[in-house]
Amino acid sequence: MLSIEILRLIWWALIGVLLMGFAVTDGFDFGVATLLPFVTRDEVERRIVLGSIGPFWEGNQVWIILGAGALFAAWPFVYAVAFSGYYFLILLLLLTMGISRPVSFKYRNKLSNWIWRRVWDWVVFICGGICPALIFGILMGSVLTGAPFHFDNALRLFYDGNFFDFFNPFALWCGLTSLALLVMHGGLYLAMKTSRPIRERAIRSAKRAALCFIFLFAGGGLWVAQGLKGYQILSGVDPAGFSNPLNKIVITQMGAWLNNYAHYPILLAVPSLGFLGALGVLCLASFGNSKLAFVSSALSIIGVIATVGVSMFPFILPSSTHLSSSLLIWDASSSRLTLLTMLFAVIIFLPLILFYTSWVYYALRGKVSRDMIEDSNHHSPY
Amino acid sequence: MLPASDVVALSRLQFGMTALYHFLFVPLTLGLSNILGIMETVYFITNRPIWRTMTQYWGLLFGINVAMGVATGITLEFQFGTNWAYYSHFVGDVFGAPLALEGLMAFFLEATFIGIFFFGWDRISKMAHLLVTYLLALGASFSALWILIANAWMQHPVGAQFNFHTMRMELTDFYSVIFNEVAQAKFVHTISAGYVTGSVFVLSISAYFMLKGRNMAFAKRSMTVAAAFGLASALCVVVLGDESGYLTGLNQKMKIAAIEGMWETEPAPAPLTVIGMPDRNEHTTKYAVKIPYLLGLIATRSISEPVYGIIDLVDEARHRIISGMQAYSALTTLQLDPNDQHAEGILNANQENIGYGFLLKKYSDDVLSVTPAQIEKAAWDTVPDVFTLFWTFRIMVALGFYFIALFGVAFYLAFRRRVSRNRWFLWVAFLSLPLPWVAAELGWVVAEYGRQPWVVDGLLPTFMGASMLSASNLWISIGGFVLFYTLLAIVEVYLMVKYIRISPEGLFSPDDFSIQATKKELSQNG
Repeated sequence: MLSIEILRLIWWALIGVLLMGFAVTDGFDFGVATLLPFVTRDEVERRIVLGSIGPFWEGNQVWIILGAGALFAAWPFVYAVAFSGYYFLILLLLLTMGISRPVSFKYRNKLSNWIWRRVWDWVVFICGGICPALIFGILMGSVLTGAPFHFDNALRLFYDGNFFDFFNPFALWCGLTSLALLVMHGGLYLAMKTSRPIRERAIRSAKRAALCFIFLFAGGGLWVAQGLKGYQILSGVDPAGFSNPLNKIVITQMGAWLNNYAHYPILLAVPSLGFLGALGVLCLASFGNSKLAFVSSALSIIGVIATVGVSMFPFILPSSTHLSSSLLIWDASSSRLTLLTMLFAVIIFLPLILFYTSWVYYALRGKVSRDMIEDSNHHSPY
Repeated sequence: MLPASDVVALSRLQFGMTALYHFLFVPLTLGLSNILGIMETVYFITNRPIWRTMTQYWGLLFGINVAMGVATGITLEFQFGTNWAYYSHFVGDVFGAPLALEGLMAFFLEATFIGIFFFGWDRISKMAHLLVTYLLALGASFSALWILIANAWMQHPVGAQFNFHTMRMELTDFYSVIFNEVAQAKFVHTISAGYVTGSVFVLSISAYFMLKGRNMAFAKRSMTVAAAFGLASALCVVVLGDESGYLTGLNQKMKIAAIEGMWETEPAPAPLTVIGMPDRNEHTTKYAVKIPYLLGLIATRSISEPVYGIIDLVDEARHRIISGMQAYSALTTLQLDPNDQHAEGILNANQENIGYGFLLKKYSDDVLSVTPAQIEKAAWDTVPDVFTLFWTFRIMVALGFYFIALFGVAFYLAFRRRVSRNRWFLWVAFLSLPLPWVAAELGWVVAEYGRQPWVVDGLLPTFMGASMLSASNLWISIGGFVLFYTLLAIVEVYLMVKYIRISPEGLFSPDDFSIQATKKELSQNG
């Protein structure tokens, strides 16, 4: 039978998988939306670009909604601390990606009025592109630096910092890294779904973004090694114990987020995947193979998310003000029964989801062309 | 320490506001998706272009509505964590599971197929498109199922136990959480209310077209579908509302006593108060008009079981508070020394009343030092707002019966092919448009406001569940939601009205209204 330690490990990995699913799929929607003003010159081109993600963004977004639900079910402590502790960041995410983006995609083409459409284009760019791409990176960065919170004996959660602590230089650096990464990804998606001249512009943007990303990711790595306090457990952790985060002793140490790599050098393969994916993009895009370049970019994203997870293991969300309140894989999960039940549900439904999602992508395969836009009548979605 | 009372009030305001707003779009999504399925099925069988046009036109309005449903739904899922952090910790082990299942089973289905529903008309076969439409409707229904399973657990927490090591409720029996009887009744009641909303929407806009003398063939067919589907659904709502009432009577005695404005326990079978003026200060319902025996029959399905009145239930709450104080005292001992066997014994003996102990936290941080007067106050806190519940419930039920009458007449007239000549009926149908929304919102108030003071019935008082934010944090987020939601509401209504005014004739070509199967249509089969 599956023990609680194994289940905790599996659910740690599953949350990672959901985040990767989200970043690889909805990530290109953010990238495409960010590129919208830069790769288009007229109304038809804008409709082509929006049409390339129009049928898909909604399904892609479910990865993060499921991610939040899974976090609630499997890691209730993390869900409670992260969502209330990053209150304004989450609020901003809701107002932009959550609330404005769906409406902008669905309402933009509903009227032919020029001002109406330009206003929605700006909403797409800001709320569906640049904001969420930055916010997810800032969130990752804030998790690495730790959040200011603690629990009392009744495990009620308190916040010790102010709500703009996430606005620190390292988190912003991570935000820019995420933006570059997703713009690269979105550019390559556009390269697959459109033809000249949008395709050429998109490839050029993707290559520039890839270079920016390599620089930012490397800089982030140096920052973690030289200028950022990592967290380390001294004692008091029982991987099979009750989920109560108050029983351990934690210290901080400059560069401690790299300790796992020192113990297991093989893990260096994970951040390497982030770099190699982006280098692959530079090569493959130059040869004009946008499909392989897109795959390479997806691998880069997977590498980046896995890097954060592997560096922090076994921490999930450290507390910067009350170290022993930090949340670990071993003391922040749900009970064994809940983890097990939900694992069965995932084993049944995730393959099904992958199956029908692939079918939809297959059914709507191919490039969005000028003809499709110009032929469409005014109740067409394109 | 607890969140300040203004923070609790603002957190509740924000949750209530965003939930009620979200619930403006949900019932229509539930109802219209199924109506689209019916219309497209007729198209698939008969190959008549008009049925395809009907699916596409109502689909267009569906799309305008669904965008708002999606946009406002994500707020709710995130809000448990942002604003109800202690609640999330306290129940996440149980409550999180149905939410995650909603993502796995419902949201993916709905969100993946909605894109291809709109973009796929010329890209996939007719059969595949029909399947897509049904999967979309199925996704919407699954979503309702899982969120109501989660909600039912807040109303009637089963299959879970308090664990003092982790200070939270933990799952003991997943099966009983899923098959919670309250969830079954709520689910069928809510989705059939959604079907009624969809049917009234199609009915009244078709009536508008008829009054204008436009899109006649289109409007007649749409109205027939709406009348038949609506009549069946409206009957379902009332029958299953009755089932809900029965189960509430079993599980939430205080809620039913408040809804009925029943202060004293009446001799069985209890009479049903049709109207009256509940008065909280004098513990009586003035000007009450009563029907003998009826409430006893509905709430207990027997003639000998009593229905308890508020005063007796407050008395029971007082006993449970005293037992809850012992549980709470044992719990504080265990927080310092988890191995104290004696305290564990006391906690286990009084565990089911621990929430009643928490009720006292409102009056004193040290629950054990409260005065008898404070216990008395806490016992009366278990009574929800009787006046509001009494009236919201009655208006909702009256609307439920009105819908049966409306669809009954519509069905009769449609069957006799006389609808378009009855201008008075068309006006009534058109003016009924806002009513299902009124009923749905009131239903939410009865269920959720009627659950107060609990966020999880009998286990966790609402005031304990909120995050430790400051009032200014809350004002900023409330301001943000009000601003965005107001702007979007204006845009949404503007687009709806615009597309209803353009009407099908303005959007589609005359060929699209053909009531004969054309060769082109037949050749597309397969």
